[in-house]
Amino acid sequence: MQKYSIFSLARNALTSHENWGEAWRNPDPKQEYDVIIIGAGGHGLATAYYLAKNHGITNVAVLEKGYLGGGNTGRNTTIVRANYLLPENELFYEHSLKLWEGLSQDLNFNVMFSQRGVINLAHTDAQVDAHQRRGNAMILNGADGVWLNKHEVKARAPLLDISDRARFPIKGGLLQPRAGTARHDAVAWGFARGADARGVDIIQNCEVTGIDIENGGVVGVQTSRGAIKAKKIGTAVAGHTGHIAAMAEMRLPIESHVLQAMVSEPVKPCLDTVVTSGATHTYISQSDKGELVMGGDLDLYNSYAQRGNFPRIEEVVASVISMFPAFSRLRLMRTWGGVMDMSMDGSPIITKTDINGFYINGGWCYGGFKATPGSGWVYAHTIANDTPHKLNEGFALNRFERGYMIDEEGSGATPNAH
Amino acid sequence: MLEITCPYCGKRAQKEFTYAGDAGAERPNLETGTNQDWFEFVYLRDNPRGLHDELWHHSAGCRRLIKVRRDVVTHEIIDTGAPSDSLSTGAS
Repeated sequence: MQKYSIFSLARNALTSHENWGEAWRNPDPKQEYDVIIIGAGGHGLATAYYLAKNHGITNVAVLEKGYLGGGNTGRNTTIVRANYLLPENELFYEHSLKLWEGLSQDLNFNVMFSQRGVINLAHTDAQVDAHQRRGNAMILNGADGVWLNKHEVKARAPLLDISDRARFPIKGGLLQPRAGTARHDAVAWGFARGADARGVDIIQNCEVTGIDIENGGVVGVQTSRGAIKAKKIGTAVAGHTGHIAAMAEMRLPIESHVLQAMVSEPVKPCLDTVVTSGATHTYISQSDKGELVMGGDLDLYNSYAQRGNFPRIEEVVASVISMFPAFSRLRLMRTWGGVMDMSMDGSPIITKTDINGFYINGGWCYGGFKATPGSGWVYAHTIANDTPHKLNEGFALNRFERGYMIDEEGSGATPNAH
Repeated sequence: MLEITCPYCGKRAQKEFTYAGDAGAERPNLETGTNQDWFEFVYLRDNPRGLHDELWHHSAGCRRLIKVRRDVVTHEIIDTGAPSDSLSTGAS
């Protein structure tokens, strides 16, 4: 792997940047691999990277039906945070956040991780109590959290309407200073380059059409580019986990839903933090290009379509404008949708299954992007050792049967309500 | 905007309805249902990529539950009816 540095930049500048090598190979699939990961998004590539780096397993293929990073990795709103209440979630996401902090150096690839802070607004006295309690839980689990009164919130995001006239008056906010945003494509590219350099084959335009199982264990996959044998198979396919699991004749505690996001036209810097609201369920930040990036709720009905419907767009925009009246003058430039795995308790599933050598990583609901490095870390451990890492023991598939849900919202088995 | 034909009220906009989930999940018999039956009813879903039977509540209309057969990839609505109706497959 060609190391990127100020010197390589200067050297290539002398030749008009025409001699940069490819960042990763584009190999044909081999007959057989030790491990096949289905899905070359952030999670799949991170898993391959850590399989090679932490566990020395390099005979690995990552199969991708489209192009690398073309699914939810390129569709999210790029927020990275670890502000959860329940210990299973908080410890896992805090580990992930720590990995984010060193990721650009580790990958020798700038993922543009910007620790601009994430503020979660509270709009009622009950929310103030709940947010402060959550902040205390975060601190107890080793993360950072700071309670801001409404004037301190205003100081960080001056365009917020903190008056009592607001549709949802702002009482304060829970800030996580170390949270922020990252360049989503760069995360996929960085992990792809790192995994490829350690010998992992990334095979694009290769759709998995079947999973071969003999005597209760996996032996390989059928793909659009022929059959490939493997000792172990792991899924990392975001909203399509249920679709892949059906190939192994499994039903999962998951529904697939479409989640939309949108950006305004680009404007000069006006919001240098991330603002989220639990009351309106909206999140907003400003990209480096100047666009305001917004998202809200699911469309709330089952969907495998990567596009949504207008009522939700209207609601997200209305919520944003109720908090930031100045943004009412902006035009919306682009909207898109991605398919979410909504699990029955709102928490992810990273687990081995009853089929030998078959592993599932899914159920990420709204929050898969921030988990990318942490997910790859614990999933690689689970696949390499055939036993979960201590950080994903709680995310086992059998927790639903056993009654050990990790239900952050306390909303029960209603996947679209998490 | 989806246009959903309520069997009682006629064609209405999606905003009048509230999604109420998979119509295929069948509540086990209270006397004879096993733990496994209840687990499957509460938690497991087919989650197909294709035709999906689902319940919608006409919450801003007649307030009755209706059944909708919808293609979850194209969002095309194939047929609607009362929850106990058997719906057409759309293949004519």
